[in-house]
Amino acid sequence: MRPILMKGHERPLTFLKYNREGDLLFSCAKDHTPTVWFADNGERLGTYRGHNGAVWCCDVSRDSTRLITGSADQTAKLWNVQTGTQLYTFNFGSPTRSVDFSIGDKLAVITTDPFMELTSAIHVKRIARDPSDQTGESVLTIKGPQGRINRAIWGPLNRTIISAGEDAVTRVWDTETGKLINESDKESGHQKTVTSLAKSADWSHFLTGSLDKSAKLWDTRTLTLVKTYVTERPVNAVAMSPLLDHVVIGGGQEASHVTTTDRRAGKFEAKFFHKILQEEIGGVKGHFGPINALAFNPDGRSFSSGGEDGYVRLHHFDPDYFNIKMGSLWKHIILELHEAID
Amino acid sequence: MAMAFDRPASATIQNPPHSNKIRWGELDEDDGEDLDFLLPPRMVIGPDENGVKKVIEYKFNNEGNKVKITTTTRIRKLAKARLSKSAVERRSWAKFGDAVHEELGSRLTMVSTEEILLERPRAPGSKAEETKVAGDPLASIAKGGAVLMVCRTCGKKGDHWTSKCPYKDLAVQPESFIDKPSASETTVAAAGTSKSTTYVPPTLRGGGDRSGTDMKRRNEENSVRVTNLSEDTREPDLLELFRTFGPVSRVYVAVDQKTGVSRGFGFVNFVNKEDAERAINKLNGYGYDNLILRVEWATPRSN
Repeated sequence: MRPILMKGHERPLTFLKYNREGDLLFSCAKDHTPTVWFADNGERLGTYRGHNGAVWCCDVSRDSTRLITGSADQTAKLWNVQTGTQLYTFNFGSPTRSVDFSIGDKLAVITTDPFMELTSAIHVKRIARDPSDQTGESVLTIKGPQGRINRAIWGPLNRTIISAGEDAVTRVWDTETGKLINESDKESGHQKTVTSLAKSADWSHFLTGSLDKSAKLWDTRTLTLVKTYVTERPVNAVAMSPLLDHVVIGGGQEASHVTTTDRRAGKFEAKFFHKILQEEIGGVKGHFGPINALAFNPDGRSFSSGGEDGYVRLHHFDPDYFNIKMGSLWKHIILELHEAID
Repeated sequence: MAMAFDRPASATIQNPPHSNKIRWGELDEDDGEDLDFLLPPRMVIGPDENGVKKVIEYKFNNEGNKVKITTTTRIRKLAKARLSKSAVERRSWAKFGDAVHEELGSRLTMVSTEEILLERPRAPGSKAEETKVAGDPLASIAKGGAVLMVCRTCGKKGDHWTSKCPYKDLAVQPESFIDKPSASETTVAAAGTSKSTTYVPPTLRGGGDRSGTDMKRRNEENSVRVTNLSEDTREPDLLELFRTFGPVSRVYVAVDQKTGVSRGFGFVNFVNKEDAERAINKLNGYGYDNLILRVEWATPRSN
């Protein structure tokens, strides 16, 4: 495939998000200016000017009219997607790290970093339909995890909030009460900071990536560990294909693979794994620096990666991507059937 | 959304410019059209499996010459996007923020010049890099059929011949080899196995004279095979014959042990490759002791 290279950011990328229909791609970077691109040809549509610090995360509403961004300048901002104007600013006492709209876009979950005396926290804010009615009051505030919370997303039907961060534990909180419902097992879970979280299209399972060089797949209801994908690099970003049983893992420095004679573009690659077999399918090289962000287009036919090099690379899959055969798949299915029967 | 990348049209002039059949000054528009029957019909070679479409048209150019215009278009679909109504509407949104003043030539969004593949993982031990011969600088030098320049003194390849070596002082005198070839070989083996605490003679210590033994091996590469020797030809004869071309490090004549007669061939090792080359050129076919000598490069022996 011929990736489309988009160099709109001066600083490393932090996050990528497609809108629900898959025609817009939002990119966040450390350069204070989130950008929106057309997802088919990579043409830039516009930038959202206003933040004074690195933008860590963003989310877009279902109708693609509202954008929420979280930044290190201790604010989260609401924007009009089409015009780029700021609608509202939520102020916090510490840098905001992760933002996520709920189903229905009536609520948003925002996490803040530990800063000075403040511990990290998860805030739930109400989002008004009319921006002029918007207030900054919190519906719920959850405290508890030690260290930074890198990612918090809404669980199925907005009943729960799933968070993961520096303490390597993935937690499920009840939205009504704010209490901790479930916690990932310490031995089988991640051993180092969890950097990223990606949920499946139907919310039944989600993927976490960690600096312990692995990514893990969890069942959403019970928080049991289902699969583990091992790489040689610390994982910065994870994504799940909505179409095929693939997960993509992007990360940092490869310790063993330092060759100086490679003439090709860039050596940092996004690794594709088969979700069920846990086997590596392959890698897509190209980035000149560690990959910090990954996102799949909701139609599953393209994906984009954002790197430390400031580039967004948009890949439309070749037809033979959809025909990848994993030799051991049938054997695996037969084995599982036998186990089920016996 | 399909994107078409047009290739520029190429025009070929069929008639030479000086034979003007029609003088354009006397033509008006209608006349020009009347003459269209002189032109071959327009051909469209429809899109093949690569999406390449060729349109061949014939026209009269300004000078009245028949011109064949071939337009080659390759239509490549980057992505099949079935856009919803609202997505189509979004496509026509105005640019905002930093994108407002976007010049047409701004290279913010580019298609990669390289084809990037989803590389399947390889079995450990086999590397993708092995197939990329062009990356090896030596391969590119040897490609044109040129001889690989090997300097025996410093061992550097592709830079200079031995006689032009900037490190000439490392070379050891060749006479020493003829006297003690076997001795140096055995002592080299011994030095390899001895530990650092045992005494290592100066000739065998690292660096310095170590190049002497290496040189000996390199001399084997300048080995010249001499065939069709007469029965009583021996080493001194060959030495005398070949030394006129340059210093010789070693001579050998194969002798049948039982009969004491020469088996008709021998080897001469020159110090310098050019001397060996000149010897080959001069002595090949030379009449020596009533036999025509055959002198050529010896093929390297497998040790």
